Order: sequence, then C-alpha cells, then structure tokens
Amino acid sequence: MSDLFKNKVHLVRMAGLFLVGIVAFVILRWWMVPKSFGEYGHYRGAALGEIASLPMHYAGRAACEECHTDIVAQRKGSPHEQIGCETCHGPLLAHAEAGGEPKPALPDSRQLCPRCHSASPYRPKGFPQVVVADHAPEGQCTACHNPHAPKIS
Amino acid sequence: MTFDRRKFLLDTGKLLVLSASASVAWEAIVAGKPETAPNYTMTDHWWGMAIDVDKCIGCGSCVRACKAENNVPLDPMYFRTWVEQYRVNPDDMDHPTVESPNGGYDGFPFKGAPDSDPKAKHFFVPKLCNHCADSPCTQVCPVGATFISPDGVVLIDKDYCLACRYCVQACPYGCRFIDPRTMTADKCTLCYQRITKGLTTACCENCPTGARRLGDLKNPNDPIQQFLLDHHVVVLKPQMATGAKVYYNDLDGSVR
Amino acid sequence: MGSVLPAVQGFMYPNEVELQWSVLIVLYPYITGLVAGAFILASLERVFNVEAVKPTYRLALLTALAFLIVAPLPLQLHLGHPERSIEMYLTPHTTSAMAMFGFVYLWYLMVVLVLEIWLDFRKDIVLTWRASRGPKRWLYGAMALWYDNISPEALAVDDRVGKAITVIGIPSAFLLHGYVGFIFGSVKANPWWSSPLMPVVFIFSAVVSGIAAVMLLYMLTAWWRERKFDIACVDTMARFLFFAFVIDFSLEMLDLVHRIYEADESFRALDFMVHTKLYVSQIIIQIYVGTVVPLALLGLVQLVRLSPRVRSWIYWIAGSLTLIGIFAMRWNVVIGGQLFSKSFLGYTAYKMEWATREGLLPAILLMLLPFGILYVLVKLLPPWPAKPRKGDATVM
Repeated sequence: MSDLFKNKVHLVRMAGLFLVGIVAFVILRWWMVPKSFGEYGHYRGAALGEIASLPMHYAGRAACEECHTDIVAQRKGSPHEQIGCETCHGPLLAHAEAGGEPKPALPDSRQLCPRCHSASPYRPKGFPQVVVADHAPEGQCTACHNPHAPKIS
Repeated sequence: MTFDRRKFLLDTGKLLVLSASASVAWEAIVAGKPETAPNYTMTDHWWGMAIDVDKCIGCGSCVRACKAENNVPLDPMYFRTWVEQYRVNPDDMDHPTVESPNGGYDGFPFKGAPDSDPKAKHFFVPKLCNHCADSPCTQVCPVGATFISPDGVVLIDKDYCLACRYCVQACPYGCRFIDPRTMTADKCTLCYQRITKGLTTACCENCPTGARRLGDLKNPNDPIQQFLLDHHVVVLKPQMATGAKVYYNDLDGSVR
Repeated sequence: MGSVLPAVQGFMYPNEVELQWSVLIVLYPYITGLVAGAFILASLERVFNVEAVKPTYRLALLTALAFLIVAPLPLQLHLGHPERSIEMYLTPHTTSAMAMFGFVYLWYLMVVLVLEIWLDFRKDIVLTWRASRGPKRWLYGAMALWYDNISPEALAVDDRVGKAITVIGIPSAFLLHGYVGFIFGSVKANPWWSSPLMPVVFIFSAVVSGIAAVMLLYMLTAWWRERKFDIACVDTMARFLFFAFVIDFSLEMLDLVHRIYEADESFRALDFMVHTKLYVSQIIIQIYVGTVVPLALLGLVQLVRLSPRVRSWIYWIAGSLTLIGIFAMRWNVVIGGQLFSKSFLGYTAYKMEWATREGLLPAILLMLLPFGILYVLVKLLPPWPAKPRKGDATVM
C-alpha cells in the first residue's frame, strides 16, 4: 500500500462504489433512453408520427361533396352553405371510407336546430333566432324548413 | 376578405382522405417519420388559430366535434376545447358572470325572454390551448413528455408522460387535464392527425359560422394572414407573455 | 370525481375543477423541510462549533436520513405512471425545476448524508464488527467496507473529510429545500405561488421545522431511554428555533404585506379565499396556533427566568405547535394554490379521500414511516455516547 492511501483505504473503496454506481447509471441511460429521443428537441421524435397517425373521425366536407353533389347544389347560395356537413350529421369518416356504409341516422331537428337558433341574448345580434315555443310548439323543424336551404321564400 | 375553408382545403389539394398520395403519407406517418411524408414538411408550417368572438353563437358544435374526433372523456371536467358564456354588467366591468355548463357541450339553452336582460352585454368565448410559442407547460415538464413540435403545436407524448401534473399547474389558461383512462396529461393537439394531412381541425371544420379558423402563420397565402391584418386582435392573458398563437378578434377586456 | 362539481363556487375553467396535487404533495415539502432543517441543525455543531447542541448531532443526522429516505415516496405514489419516474434521471429536462429533483436528491442522500453518517459512525461500526459474529458480523463488516483501521490517524482523516462534507452539505440542504420552493415560486400562472420569496420562505420554514423536530425527538428519546436530557442543549436549540422562527415569520409577513399593498389582479380572489376556504388552516392554525403562540412561548423563555421543568414543558408545547404550523403552511401553499380559478372568478374544493392511493391513510402511513426507519437506524447506529454499561454493545 502506498503512503498516499495510508489510512484512506475505506475512502478509496467508497469512491469505487460511487464509480460503479455512476457507470451503471451511464449504461442504464444508454440502454433505456428511446432511440428517437432528441431527434427534434428534448422529446421522443417518434411521438410526432404516433400522434399524427391517431385515428380520425371526421371526413371533412370535401370528402362528402365528392359523392353528394345534389346536396352541394341545394346548399348553393343558402345561409347554410358554409356549414360543415358533419356539424349536423355527425362524424362520418367511416361512412366515407366505406363508400356509403354505414348510413348515418338523420339528426333530430327539434334537438339540433335550437342549439344555434333558439333565442338568447348571448347570441350575436342579427343572427336568426326564434323563441322555439312560440315559433313552432311541436313537430320537426324540417317539416317547414329544408335544412340545406332553410330560407322559406 | 372571406374565409372560404372549403376553397382553402381544395386548393391545397391534399385533403382527399382516400387519395393515393394521402395513403402514402399515412404509411410514412405510421412508420414514425412524418418528415418523409410526401406532402407534409413540419418545418414549412407554424400553426395558430383565429377566433372571431362576434361570430360565435354558442352552439357548442366545436366542443362536441372535438370530443368525438379526439376521443376525449365525456365527463364535464375534461375538455380540449370549451365555450364560456359571459354576462358583463357595465357597473362592474371587471367581474363578469361566466358560465360553461358541461363546457358548452350541450349548447347554452337560454331560459327566459331573450330581451329580459337589457342592462348587460352578452357574448360567448371559445377557449382552447393557445399553442404558445413560449409555453410555460412544456417548460416545466421534467422529462420531455410534452413539447412544441417543429410546426408549432404543443403536444404530449402519452407513452412518456408520468402524470406529475406540473404542466397542468403551469398552464395559465386551464387547457390541460389528466385523462383518467390513460393517467397521462391530455390537451388539444390542434387535431395533429388532421392538419398533417391537409385537413382542418375538427372544431374549425364544424364551426357553423366560421368563428374559429385554423391558420398557418408561415404560409403567406393562408387567409389567416389577411385576417390578422384586417382586425384588432388580442391573445388571452397577454401579461403572461406565453407567445400564445390563438388570436381573438373583438375580445372583451373582462375575459380572462 | 364528479362529486366535486357541486362544490364549485363562481366560475372555474372546466379542467380546473379537479385538484391535481393532493395531500401527498403537501407531505413532500414538509418532509424535505424536516430533512434540510435537521441537517442544518447538525451542521451548527460541526461547522460553527456550537458545543451545546452536540448531544443532538448524531440524532439529527439519523433523523434527516430517515426522512430523506421517505421523501420521494409521496411523489412516487402520486404519479399517474410511477414506473416511468426513472425518466427523470434518464432524460431530465433542463428547464424544469422538477427535473432537478432526482439529482439534488441523490446528491444529498449519497454524497452528503450517507457519507457524513458513515464517516462519523465508522469507529462504532468497526468496533461492533470486531465484537460480533454471524450475520451481524457480516453486516457491520460490509458497512465498514471491510477496512478496520481506526487508528487515530485514520479517524483524523475521517474527521477532516467529514467536516468538508458538512461544509458542502449546508448549501446542499439549502438547495434541496430552496428548489422545492422554486417549484412553486416559479409558476407564473399561479399568483398564489409565483413569488421570488417562496424559496427563501421555504428554507427558513424548513430550518424551523427541522429544529423543532430534532428538539422534540431528543426529548422524546431521552424520556424513552429513561435518561435526563441536557437542558442546556434544549435551551440552545429553542433559542435557535426562536431566531429562525422570527426570520421565517418576518418573511411570510413581508410576502403578505406586499400582496395586500400591491393588490394586483388576483388580490380580490385570493383575499376572499384566505377569509373563507383557507380561514381555518391559514389564519387560525398556521398563523395563530402554529406561529404566534409558539413564538410567544419561546420569546417568553428568552425574557423571563423559568425553572427547567417549566421550560421543558414550554419546549414540548412550542415544538409541537411549530410542527403543526409548518404543516399547515405547506398545506396552504399546495392546496390553497389550487382552490381558486386562474380566471379569478371562482373556487373549487378539495375533498380528501381516506383509503385511496392519494388519500389520508397513505399520508398518515408515510408520515409514520420515517419514525420506523429512524428506529431501525438508531438500533443499527446508536447515536448516544456509548456508556461502559452492560447491554450497550448488543445493539441488535
């Protein structure tokens, strides 16, 4: 034993233990950190692709308009022209991908239409609103209004 | 300047869900390499949103669409986007009465006569993650499970999040929650699965009045550029200096 | 979980209704505070040569170790994915105050506490190793790293290294608890937390709670072992406790006065909260019962000559109230910071559960666990001076 470590052997051994711990940590880190980590920043780069490939549910109106050209024609110039089809009909990507099946259920207009058109002071002035109980106490809204071109002339 | 989302989508020519190019893109994305997708380069985009408060009618379509598109828990305390209903009395402008029953998921049915409250102003404010450029939530994440993507979207790696919830505390806007099913943080992804394929977000797609519009702040031809030029816009809590990228037109000062 | 909804007053952002950080996160700063405080007390003797508190030196170190071992457990229990906590070590995010936790913790546990205790107890370990047989011989041999040199020269080396570690240890203790304060103080979204004073207040409250805890433990263990405790030692600790408490209280009042005077946009909402939902835990328990009363009692001892019997009673009461007060302070910081909406328009409620993962029962068990660990540590490494008395050598 050299003079340098005289009376200090325990400290050398303890330092050795720490060194073993640090080496084990470095190996563990190399082994466990996901390979794509740090590709773009301090995160797992592969997460971007995973999030981008999550399933969709809404097809988007352009997909609807590919087939439903008659509705496109009906809606032309109507106040509802700019509304997304699935806003009323619900998410229909599965329908679009399967080429028309399953057929979606028609929405219940008594429930749907008042969400936008029941009178409320909170809605913008000038937005068409009705007190539903006065305007039409019963029956489907669609009995009078064509939802794709609702204006009754 | 009108916002014709349909035209915008058609113009990009990349929205056809079932088209060949899209399916190639899809495969590239599934392989975990979105950069190799033929029609989407992350660094070409910098996403934000414009919200026209005057156009919001409080129908809640965005809330429903968001939950359906992104499989968000239906409970009334988990929202990626929600709508707030404001009633401001001119006598106490700083303390509005705010409500958001079920986040606006069921709309805001008004009980009483529509002209019964003439002494106050009324409006709706849609809220969502502001996809801050200097986001306090990603700053505090201890492990790198939430981050700003190269295209400016604040995302969560749900396979890496340990749910310490620090990000939930750090968001000044209350946009994050813990998904009780996965026990990880959750938030708006700006429908990342859609915008990377040239589609708009579910909330914008389904907003009947065009009050919400997704915009690419890096694309000089995106209509959002003109919108920001033409309107006096503001972000929420500007004093937080988060670099929020959701711009509100005609927002009342009482909104927080 | 939906049961919280009716408890909402005014308007909360919908995602804010559920509280994120539970009673377990209250325990965490409480426990690390006890660690840091106990260590700083121990350092007084070693670095500043305060002879009077020498009898508590080893006990303070063992107490700090016992609590430090438990400190990460409430965090671990609270995580949604505890199995992923290793990521804090693998990919620590440098901009996150929380990511520091793992490294500061490891540094403090291994480099400061374990080394210092090891060096201080090495002579006792080697002596026990030499005197025992069987598994116990093996255990103490391992603890001595199979090196039995306890010559005066070797012990002098230990003392020098130990002193150096204590000197490093004091800033480390400040770091350990200061950064816990920073975790809260740096959240700009939350006006109840966001304050540069937060780390400083945390450090001084840590010193207060640590001194109080070691003082009580010292008196308790003396009573347990049926020995008379050294009243001069407890007097000195109580004096330190008083001074630390005065600083801590002044800082907290400075924070309060500043908030009231500035009265920023959050003031109305926070003021209302303090006078309603936090009234009992903040005004009554933290300020009156947990601060003013113990301060008055400790101040009384400084001013008036009292008999040792009365003094020790005062120390019992003041120490206990102090620990309750500091716990209330942690509670008010952690829970209080989540009761109001960041819209400043409403309040939610915290419903503590009982036997769930984040309930009161695990919190109580976690609070008892350090005492169990301390019991084992004291059996392994008796902190009191070995008296030439039968039974002292058989520590197991």
